[in-house]
Amino acid sequence: MITIITNRDLEAKNSERPDGRAYNELRPLKIEAGVLERADGSAYLEFGDNKVLAAVYGPREFHIRRFLKPNMAVLRCRYNMAPFSVEDRKRPGPDRRSLEISKLTSEALSPAVFLEKFPRSSIDVFIEVLQAEGGTRCAGITAASVALADAGIPMRDMVVACAAGKANGQVIMDLSEWEDKEGEADVPVAIMPRTGEITLLQMDGQLTKDEFEQALDLAKEGCMKISEEQKKAIKNRYGGD
Amino acid sequence: MQPIVPEITRESVTNLINEGKRADGRKLDQYREISLETGVIKKAEGSARVKIGNTQIMIGVKSQIGDPFPDTPNVGVFMTNSELLPMAAPNFEPGPPDERSVELSRVTDRGIREGKIIDLKKLALIPGKKVWMIFIDMHILDYDGNLLDAAALGAMAALMDAKIPTATVKDDEVVVDHENMQPLPLNEKTVMCTLAKIGNNLVLDPSLEEEGIMRARISIGVRSDGAICSMQKGGERPFEKEEILKAIDMAQEKTKELFEYLPKA
Repeated sequence: MITIITNRDLEAKNSERPDGRAYNELRPLKIEAGVLERADGSAYLEFGDNKVLAAVYGPREFHIRRFLKPNMAVLRCRYNMAPFSVEDRKRPGPDRRSLEISKLTSEALSPAVFLEKFPRSSIDVFIEVLQAEGGTRCAGITAASVALADAGIPMRDMVVACAAGKANGQVIMDLSEWEDKEGEADVPVAIMPRTGEITLLQMDGQLTKDEFEQALDLAKEGCMKISEEQKKAIKNRYGGD
Repeated sequence: MQPIVPEITRESVTNLINEGKRADGRKLDQYREISLETGVIKKAEGSARVKIGNTQIMIGVKSQIGDPFPDTPNVGVFMTNSELLPMAAPNFEPGPPDERSVELSRVTDRGIREGKIIDLKKLALIPGKKVWMIFIDMHILDYDGNLLDAAALGAMAALMDAKIPTATVKDDEVVVDHENMQPLPLNEKTVMCTLAKIGNNLVLDPSLEEEGIMRARISIGVRSDGAICSMQKGGERPFEKEEILKAIDMAQEKTKELFEYLPKA
């Protein structure tokens, strides 16, 4: 008994992206480090219409004994979406999707952190999606790396994430919300940019092997561009070149 | 769990306040720096980011069509919810809302509800069947004392910022038109002033350190016409009647400053 009229019925023309970007063009990106008072490290990131806040506490005493590791720190992540971040209000609290993303984020970041320097402790990463517009898990990982650096946690590299995929038959970098929903495939990737090693890889949708390789290369290219912005954010906060 | 405040801090802060001074240099009846932005979240019908000192809250208003409560079939529904995010303070834990979070939501809700800020009758669509449901979600990003005043100010600003789709009823069917957005029906404005009792004095807008040592606190919700619409006493120690009356005078005076931050409408 409820009819809904919307003004958001985007129709994409053939092989053209709805927002007019080139196939290898990122959305506008802005990263700021050290935005919160209480957290040990923090970062705010705007990526297209995504707005993401990340905060880090630690290394600190790990009070859940059964999860602590006697020889290293545990990096714990919590990815959470604000109820007002999406079109239809999201019920507060964790759901299956955010729990999976939390686990993958922790696994994406851990290889870069010298966890062995902090036995029996925890490093807690909190990611809050304030506004979502496709690609929030990548935005969260990118912001969390900057927050880890802002917290002064020793790292081998600053992990960076970017998605690629396929929409309207074209392999493209950095899918928007519309391209993610309507497109053929989505491949979020996180890398350690110094070595190019991959720390997060997911794919949903359908691609040939060749298309997958193109998408992976595009995602890595996107990561390298975003990595420059991460470094800028840290330099803006702490100076130096 | 409040973090432990060293005895020496407790003493020095209390002594200062007894002399009419504060550790951060403020007057006893002075707010920290306040900033308020609205329309910060496009996906929300209304939104606000409020900062009092380093305390920071993001507030979003969402609307959806739903069923009225059985005991109030002919008016709209609104709900206030808050999350003390674990990023906001080292002692905030993830998980379902704890008692502090529930108190914050309920006190903010009470000011808006009892102040008759939203004209809920205008949110009814099909009496007894379909009404607008308005959700106020408060995301606590950074906790540096006095969440109550920040929440009330931000929630009011987000409500004033909110535009909901036009809904019309045709043959017992609700038609929602997202191309014609309209403001929420609001009658009034309300904000809240919190005073903490430290030593022999009442101090406005307690900082984190002051909250750690306060004996008690009183929060007073005031409408723009001066009416008091909600109160909440907190803390483990009692108040005397004279202190409460003095707090009301201070709140009625100081809320005038807070109303200045709200959008003019």
